[in-house]
Amino acid sequence: MEKKLSEFVLGESGVIKAVGGDGMIRRRLFDMGVTPGAEVVLRKRAPLGDPMEVTVRGYELTLRKSEAGNVVMEVRNA
Amino acid sequence: MLKFALAGNPNCGKTTLFNNLTGSTAHVGNWPGVTVDKKEGVYKKCAEPIKIIDLPGIYSLSPYTPEEVISRNYILEEKPDCVINVVDATNLERNLYLTTQIMEIDVPVVIALNMMDAVTKRGDRIDAKKLEEKTGIPVVSVSALKNQGLDELMKRGYEASKTPRKGKTVLEGGALAHLIKDCRIALEGQGVENALFHAVKLVETDELEVKSHPASKAMVDEFKKTFKDNTFGDDFEAVVADGRYKYITQNYSSVMVREKTKKEKLNRSDKADKVLTHKIWGIPVFLLILFAIFHLTFSENLLFIGAALPEGWVSLEGTAAEGLFGTEGIASPGVFLTNLLGLATDSITAAVQSAMEAGEVASWATGLVCDGMLGGLFAVVGFLPQILVLFLFFSILEDSGYMARVAFILDRLFRKFGLSGRAFMPMIMGFGCSVPATINTRTLADKNERISTIRVIPFFSCGAKLPILTAIAGGIGVAFGLPNTDIVTYGMYVLGITVAIVCVLLMRSTTMKGDVPPFIMELPAYHLPQPKNLMLHLWDKTKHFVKKAFTIILASTIVVWVISHFSFGWEFLEDTEIDRSILAGIGQLIQPVFTPMGFGSQLGAFGWVFAVAAITGLIAKENVIATFGTLAACIVGAVIDVETDGGIAAAGAMIAATGITVPALISFIAFNMLTIPCFAAVATAKAELPTKKSFNFTLLFWLGTSYAVSTVIYLIGSWWWTVFIVAAVLAAVVVLIVLYNKGKINFSALKFKKKARIK
Repeated sequence: MEKKLSEFVLGESGVIKAVGGDGMIRRRLFDMGVTPGAEVVLRKRAPLGDPMEVTVRGYELTLRKSEAGNVVMEVRNA
Repeated sequence: MLKFALAGNPNCGKTTLFNNLTGSTAHVGNWPGVTVDKKEGVYKKCAEPIKIIDLPGIYSLSPYTPEEVISRNYILEEKPDCVINVVDATNLERNLYLTTQIMEIDVPVVIALNMMDAVTKRGDRIDAKKLEEKTGIPVVSVSALKNQGLDELMKRGYEASKTPRKGKTVLEGGALAHLIKDCRIALEGQGVENALFHAVKLVETDELEVKSHPASKAMVDEFKKTFKDNTFGDDFEAVVADGRYKYITQNYSSVMVREKTKKEKLNRSDKADKVLTHKIWGIPVFLLILFAIFHLTFSENLLFIGAALPEGWVSLEGTAAEGLFGTEGIASPGVFLTNLLGLATDSITAAVQSAMEAGEVASWATGLVCDGMLGGLFAVVGFLPQILVLFLFFSILEDSGYMARVAFILDRLFRKFGLSGRAFMPMIMGFGCSVPATINTRTLADKNERISTIRVIPFFSCGAKLPILTAIAGGIGVAFGLPNTDIVTYGMYVLGITVAIVCVLLMRSTTMKGDVPPFIMELPAYHLPQPKNLMLHLWDKTKHFVKKAFTIILASTIVVWVISHFSFGWEFLEDTEIDRSILAGIGQLIQPVFTPMGFGSQLGAFGWVFAVAAITGLIAKENVIATFGTLAACIVGAVIDVETDGGIAAAGAMIAATGITVPALISFIAFNMLTIPCFAAVATAKAELPTKKSFNFTLLFWLGTSYAVSTVIYLIGSWWWTVFIVAAVLAAVVVLIVLYNKGKINFSALKFKKKARIK
């Protein structure tokens, strides 16, 4: 099933299918290892609901909901 | 001398490695034009001395942040003899992403595989030999923390630096290999150095490259038309980034042998995060930590046990150490150090004074040296202990990895004002002291965000402004018989925060426009801060501060002392004769400027005292109450000791003599709160702001904001109906800004007309 990373629920995991957005945000996502094929697990949301914390390529990355909206995921069937 | 550059991701242990390699030879400067630390030092344990340059921590060589551009330009243009690529072994894939980019430059490279001990502890294993074979680059396992493997690393680096290395790319087998090769050959034909690196960046349509090689850009565009990737279409930036990571996972990741049996066990970092970024507890815990820091730095009554102590047990009355440990409770470390330094500086001043008096030096010279130079200098140096203690705590938070979590917790809140969560730290530090707060803005990535933050930091009322608040509030109570003047004090803190929020909103929607910077960052694993790193950090700050204290601040305190102790006839004046001084003359001259704020010409003969107090306050806010003391003394004709009651009596005397009204007094405090904070903060702001223009504008902004806000307070306080005028003006401004941002009105047409008229 396809889903945006921003729509993930806690603990959900999946594989990145595509990364949208443009310019700096997109490049930054790439540089941080958010590229197609990488596995992502949603670990946590901040106390105020946003940003979120994910595990990607073995480390903890934080990004905002709006930025995560650019990342299209293939949800792993649990 | 040979030059080695250290390059690597943030949090990969680069700073620790640098400190251990260079020891005491390290010194910190700035990269030209940007507020990014440039650290240099010398490594001496090799056949020849090697200069080590610590490049800023980066994730990529893309052209988007100043840190990346600096590192890239340094390696390309300064041509170090070797690049030491520090790689965090616990986070191999992402760290090697940068390695694949550095590899493309024609420079000798050595990989320092750091934090191997943490990998071993986790039960995993990394085959350094295998990584060396796969990358074709020397790999040395080191532990920067335990100082292991550094000599071996430098030995391999030294060897590598002797033979030139040709750039190599991991994209060779990929879909873009042909295009990259064609670009490289074309660039080589033009005699471009580092052709491979430029070719790859050109294919990525990197902004900087496209500008410098327009001809080859056409070739890439031509190729783009024929190229179609299944996943990315013709988005070459994505193809390249993806190609690098794919190569890393396929070829390098196999060097890591993971322990399979114990999976998903929570490590210490995860456990800490369970509390520190908890949905409910995260924010209260943060507030508690913050309170503890301020308490340890500024409290006179540590842990509030003062009331439980037998009276006078810590005061050591009558001894040399009187008051050192506090008088009513136990002093916090910050206050204790301040007291200690105060004792030292007081005794120096006293010794110099008695020596000069014994030597029968002219009284003006004694005054200049003791009150002017030493007094002014020590007043500023006196901040140092608390600044350093505050800085120490915040450095610990930063180094431990907690600061990134604070940004994570608060980002949502701050985004509303056009700032990121990181901006919270410098602002809250502002309540302690503007100097470390301003330095802390370096952690903000976006330039406009940094400028806006620096400008509002003084509005978070610092420790030195509190005495002004309490003295005037107390004075109001005494002179007008009003109860609960504490409300004035609290109200001023709230006013400061409100003005800060309004100003940030205004700036971010006018001159300091810009999207909220992206918040895509690593939450590094928690680790214990390194005492050595912390101390080096503090030592740097101390050096900077003391250097400033001895130059610009010293010079200005001398000037102020001279104009407050000499008359226009160049006659030396006693402290109590300040009313005849040049300063008083200037005060009387510019007095009308303060009239709209309520403490100008309308105060009559003694009205200039408030003007003078406000001016001396621009140098240091401590001066305001001290000046009150001297000025009140020449009004009532007797010396008033401001130390005993915090200046309340002095303020009361001045209120009585001038007949100043309550709104004018509140406007006076507001002016002091919001205006230029002090010379130390001004000097820091000058160093941290990117351009001279932005610095000048910042000074104007402080003066303008304080002037406007104080005037409004005085007007509304004196004639309540002016509130409608103020509201109307504010509404008009907001409407104008909104319309302007929507493009409905255009000021450039206005400017053009003006120019035309001049012609």
